[in-house]
Amino acid sequence: MAKVHVTTSVNGEEREVLCEPHQSLLDVLRDELGMTGTKEGCATGDCGACSVLIDGRLVCSCLMLGVEAEGVDITTIEGIANGSELHVLQRKFLEHAALQCGICTPGFIVAAKALLDTNPDPDETTIRYWLAGNLCRCTGYDKIVRAVQDAAQELAYEA
Amino acid sequence: MAKVVFPDHLLSHTGGTREIAVEAKNFRALVRAVDSRWPGIEAVLMKTAVAIDGQIYQDAWLEPVGADSEVFFMHRIEGG
Amino acid sequence: MAEAHDYKAIGTSPVRPDGVDKVTGRANFGADLNLPNMLHGKVLRSPHAHARIRSVDVSRALEMDGVYAAISGADFPSGAEGDIQGEGGGTVSDLAQNIVARDKALYHGHPVAAVAAKTPYIAERALDLIEVDYEVLPPVLDVDEAMADGATLINENLHTNGDTSQPASNVAGITKFERGDVDEAFAEADLIVEGEYRTPTAHQGYIEPHACTATYSEEGKATIWCCTQGHFDVRSLTASVLGVSVGDLKVIPSEIGGGFGGKTVIYLEPLAVKLSEVSGRPVKMVMSREEVFRATGPTSATHSRVKVGAKKDGTITAASAWIAYEAGAFPGAPVGPGCMAIFAPYDLPNFRVEGFDVLVNKPKVAAYRAPGAPQAMYAMESAVDDLARELDMDPIDLRLMNAADEGTQAPYGPTFPPIGIRDCLQAAKAHPNYTTPKGEGVGRGIAAGFWFNIGMQSSAEVRLSEDGTVTVVEGNPDIGGTRASMCLMAAETLGVPYETVRAHVGDTESTGFCNVTGGSRTTFATGMAVVQACEDIIAQCKQRAAATWDIDADQVDWTDGEAVPQPGVNVDVQPLSLADIAGNAGRTGGPILGRASLNAQGAGASFSVNMADVTVDRETGKVDVVNFTAIQDAGTAIHRAYVEGQMQGGAVQGLGWALNEEYVYDANGEMENAGFLDYRVPVTSDMPMIDTHIVEVPNPSHPYGVRGVGETPIVAPLSVAANAVRDALGFRIPDLPLSPPNVLAAIDDREGA
Repeated sequence: MAKVHVTTSVNGEEREVLCEPHQSLLDVLRDELGMTGTKEGCATGDCGACSVLIDGRLVCSCLMLGVEAEGVDITTIEGIANGSELHVLQRKFLEHAALQCGICTPGFIVAAKALLDTNPDPDETTIRYWLAGNLCRCTGYDKIVRAVQDAAQELAYEA
Repeated sequence: MAKVVFPDHLLSHTGGTREIAVEAKNFRALVRAVDSRWPGIEAVLMKTAVAIDGQIYQDAWLEPVGADSEVFFMHRIEGG
Repeated sequence: MAEAHDYKAIGTSPVRPDGVDKVTGRANFGADLNLPNMLHGKVLRSPHAHARIRSVDVSRALEMDGVYAAISGADFPSGAEGDIQGEGGGTVSDLAQNIVARDKALYHGHPVAAVAAKTPYIAERALDLIEVDYEVLPPVLDVDEAMADGATLINENLHTNGDTSQPASNVAGITKFERGDVDEAFAEADLIVEGEYRTPTAHQGYIEPHACTATYSEEGKATIWCCTQGHFDVRSLTASVLGVSVGDLKVIPSEIGGGFGGKTVIYLEPLAVKLSEVSGRPVKMVMSREEVFRATGPTSATHSRVKVGAKKDGTITAASAWIAYEAGAFPGAPVGPGCMAIFAPYDLPNFRVEGFDVLVNKPKVAAYRAPGAPQAMYAMESAVDDLARELDMDPIDLRLMNAADEGTQAPYGPTFPPIGIRDCLQAAKAHPNYTTPKGEGVGRGIAAGFWFNIGMQSSAEVRLSEDGTVTVVEGNPDIGGTRASMCLMAAETLGVPYETVRAHVGDTESTGFCNVTGGSRTTFATGMAVVQACEDIIAQCKQRAAATWDIDADQVDWTDGEAVPQPGVNVDVQPLSLADIAGNAGRTGGPILGRASLNAQGAGASFSVNMADVTVDRETGKVDVVNFTAIQDAGTAIHRAYVEGQMQGGAVQGLGWALNEEYVYDANGEMENAGFLDYRVPVTSDMPMIDTHIVEVPNPSHPYGVRGVGETPIVAPLSVAANAVRDALGFRIPDLPLSPPNVLAAIDDREGA
């Protein structure tokens, strides 16, 4: 099967990659580009561990083909921090102990960023429904929701 | 003499005896004494957890056994 | 032992040492390793729940371009004997046959063969070329069917409790406990409640699928990287299946994306090693979510009957229980612990428990948080709730009246040391979520939980760097913040700031033996080793200070991270900090290294009381949890936020089990909902905040009073949910899960619709 040449932008950097036509964007990120921060929990779009932003929109990278990434801007967990400075969501997840095993954390942070980028002042219900596509089996979600609430508050204070 | 109690799943090895008194200075000696009464039970007891005076041991060996000690053999406990 | 309020580090909630790597995507989990020249392994699984395997032919798969190895059961040693040295017990033979089937496939998804190829895609195509000749047999799919007269036998050589004088059976074992005169005590009761209950097959549901990479060297040694709760157990289990020495295997743990007991066992590792041996290249294997559901770790479905007798004043005179646990395809359901746990919160003079370990054509069950206890205590705590209603008593008062205490003989034999069940019940009674009247249409449920916790073997090393910073090295994969709890205990013991301590999880060759991260044992047992290793450091530091000051080591005290002369010792010196002593270590005897290894005894039982308010939508059958309160005795909370996290996570996992999760099988024994869409674990929008209240009754066997907190949280929520739904509906639905279709059917049935 002939590989397809794809030019895409990952965390602001132009990347060229040869992908198999059947490879998901998740597989391309992890196996071809070596960006393993994006996780696979189900490969069927049910767990959100593979969440990335495509042109700012929240997407399960397991549900998108690598070849569909031609010409788009991809943001992954590796691109959330600003250089050596953690994003406020990353800091709040740490401060609130909002992760236990940590496998779902990249997806939650990417999804929460997508929320705060569009809705800087979400209430608890909005946060819970927005994050309903991300599964966490360790925390019971309590501390995750609090971390996002706290991050939103800090962002509002800074704004 | 220490009181030694066997749970139901070990009764097939003790001919139905549930409780005996054994004089032994430690767990190892206690098991040997029980084995001399029911030869072969040692191999089973060494795979069994035991509570000596309320303290649960998964792998008891040289733990002291007193004259008034209570020794309960019990299922091993695994965990998740 | 110091009082809780004297602690400087313990009881705080600092950021975990491995935190930044986990919020930036830098942390490496099981599937994240890639090696040069690496192949990808895939498993061919049985499409039948029960079938004799007449032959397996991998030759056509091997001919495919890009395929470098294809193996089946015939490639592994046969006739292995003996017991495995793993936490959960069992035999090497059963373990080996679960890794890859030999003459029989025992569940839909049972591995039959495996291939390694250049890409995962080619490997999957190659599986289609493997030819297996099956003789399909009727499947046995639940305990009632398996225990019925004339049931199809899953293993023709299996006899109950090994008694070959009896006919073969699907019942691998029967466990019984009895105390007092149960029949007489029931006869004396003023009131008897009885119930019959079922719990479904449920999965641990860790978000990270099993994954491993193995490389086999020409000298016959292999290295395995994998996500596991215990790499030393992976080493011994894999060695026993392959028939090699543990010295031939090195296991390097990755970060682990959840386990809950399900990653205390092995599935892929022997296959990956064998594929690497055959191909001469590293082989990576990663399960799909579907494979995780079909072929790994569920916990036992159960069918149980419970009877409780009481006096009019609420004194429980007798209780009896009959519980059948599904073991899956091989013996080993958590019957013993379940039967020992069921009555643990109570001081019962008369009781009888009978438990059954029953084979069915489903995956071999694996440990799941407090293995066996949630199912057993679900039945008892539901019956106790019914008893409270019959007596018109407050359910907390009824439990307080019958609660066990220090000095009570536990139902499983020994006498309880100090325990926290009464403290938890009293905390529940005073909690605002209990004292506040429930709203209109709201049902309120309450139940107790319990788990033994375990100690077992642990090792730790503590190393001083030349600037006085501290490195803790131990061998327990960090599932939920244990590096942080190790660092807190080290900081407390040494008297140094938490920020100067780092923790490292060593592989099987770089640290001493540790049993699994499981059984709620890591902070207790490995923590104990860390504390002892720090005490070893302190002893050495005192010696170095004494040598520096020209006095005896027993004239030196260790206070707030510094060596100081004891009061009355007549020397004119400045205190020496850990950094001072470490910086001068080269002159005073060389590097300073503390170590400890132990088999920790005295794990403290952890009791809990949970409560919840729910509403039930009578049109759809949907249960909504309005609030949930988890109260638990932690002994001492080392990292407070992670203790709360265990309680919250266990609560939601238990609520998932109670309200939605179940394996749905078709008549042929194929699981119909092997994905997160249809096996529905709780999501963020399903849940309210989970209120926590940590009770601290210190465990006298641990230097800081730790009991272990990881498992107890999942026990009570099953009956909490069921009791709350009972309260809301006015009648009990005894079979879990209380999912919308099941609840709706029960309502319709009740109302004669």
